[in-house]
Amino acid sequence: MIKQYLGSLFLIELLKGLKLTGKYFFAKKFTIMYPEEKTPISNRFRGRHALRRYPNGEERCIACKLCEAVCPALAITIEAEPRDDGTRRTTKYEIDLFKCIFCGFCEESCPVDSIVETNIFEYHYEQRGEQIMDKTKLLQFGDDYEAQLAQDRTLDAQYR
Amino acid sequence: MEFLISIWEMLPVTVQILMKIVALVLPLMLGVAYLTLAERKVIGYMQVRVGPNRVGFKGILQPIADALKLLMKEIVIPNPANRYLFIIAPVMSIMPALAAWAVIPFDEGMVIANINAGLLYVLALTSLGVYGVIIAGWASNSKYALLGALRSAAQVVSYEIAMGFALVGVILAAGSLNLTDIVQGQSGSALHWYWLPLLPLFVIYFIAGVAETNRAPFDIAEGESEIVAGFHVDYSGMAFAIFFLAEYANMILISALAALMFLGGWLSPFQGTPLESVFSFVPPFMWLLAKTSFFLFCFLWFRATFPRYRYDQIMRLGWKVFIPITIFWLLVVAFCVVNKMPIWFDGKGA
Repeated sequence: MIKQYLGSLFLIELLKGLKLTGKYFFAKKFTIMYPEEKTPISNRFRGRHALRRYPNGEERCIACKLCEAVCPALAITIEAEPRDDGTRRTTKYEIDLFKCIFCGFCEESCPVDSIVETNIFEYHYEQRGEQIMDKTKLLQFGDDYEAQLAQDRTLDAQYR
Repeated sequence: MEFLISIWEMLPVTVQILMKIVALVLPLMLGVAYLTLAERKVIGYMQVRVGPNRVGFKGILQPIADALKLLMKEIVIPNPANRYLFIIAPVMSIMPALAAWAVIPFDEGMVIANINAGLLYVLALTSLGVYGVIIAGWASNSKYALLGALRSAAQVVSYEIAMGFALVGVILAAGSLNLTDIVQGQSGSALHWYWLPLLPLFVIYFIAGVAETNRAPFDIAEGESEIVAGFHVDYSGMAFAIFFLAEYANMILISALAALMFLGGWLSPFQGTPLESVFSFVPPFMWLLAKTSFFLFCFLWFRATFPRYRYDQIMRLGWKVFIPITIFWLLVVAFCVVNKMPIWFDGKGA
């Protein structure tokens, strides 16, 4: 009782707190200087989407619409028709990235590994409507980052 | 040099005083600006991060960028607000914060107004600052602002008493209200400073000072988790910046006063030791600056460490702890002074 009273009178607990923050004042800082330094990115990172192709240049997507069905945010819109050679292909494949919640379900559901999420997260839009990724854009991203996408998937395969 | 002095003496007294004021207020404002940067840096470091470091070298231009941003912003006056009082309130709060500096001596004779009742003047002006807060809270015509103003008023009034008693202890010890005399009374050595015989008053003065300036952990007047930002919730742009300036100018003032009254002001800490001659090249006001900076660092340190006090805890601390302790210690000091106790009160120090 007396001890507690004297302890609060002489601010013992408060001084302990000051000692702790005083110690951390000189501690090594954890901050990562973002644009110059970057944190490591997992090969499961879910960033902006892309549509992949087979090595012979044929697009993978067969317009099964599983991704459209599974998408919880209803961000994917697909329209499909048979192509001249009789295969079923998309005529329209759009992802609205404002609706997208980057859950990765589309990638999980895809039977041919066509729609994937890249590890690109540094992008921006300057015009209204730019956030809607159409088929040409998505295929372009797929072509641009194919090496990285293939590598990430090989590394991840052993855990699946 | 003599030429410059002769020009100085030719100037009318009003111009001389105005120049002195400018010479004091400009560095003060710069100090306030950089105190905000220091605050963000110190708190950042204590939270194991680095704080602002993008504007200029290591963030050195951050306060300038902040000031420019605030200058550019619109001053929004809410429709239900009382327009005149709404504009007057920030002025009311910065005026005493700056005016009190008139009696702060930086060195022997380096003071704008060396008046005899210096300490009384400081006490009176620091109390006036609360009017700005009350008027701001009332004029905003918003419940959060009003609650913040009420809390602030109650808190400042309560701690004023403890603070005033702590100052009475200093006055008793020094036998003068003049701040220059108070500093002179502490000369001798670092042990002659009043922090030692008036230790409880020193601690209480500084804690009450933290409460007076509404700083953490006594910042219930702002309490952003409960009442958004308290009295200045409706202020924006330069009007908000003025409140900010006043708060920081008050922090510097409280720190400077603590340094003057308890840590021997501009007196060298090595006085009376062999090191005194080694450090004689340091101009005296640098010592005052260093001591003030120490207290300012404590302000920031407290903010980084302590959670906010609950309202009733603040009142309890002020009325039931600080006031009894100060009154008791006043009696002790009075006894020592009457019996001319060495080494502080035997009259040889001054």
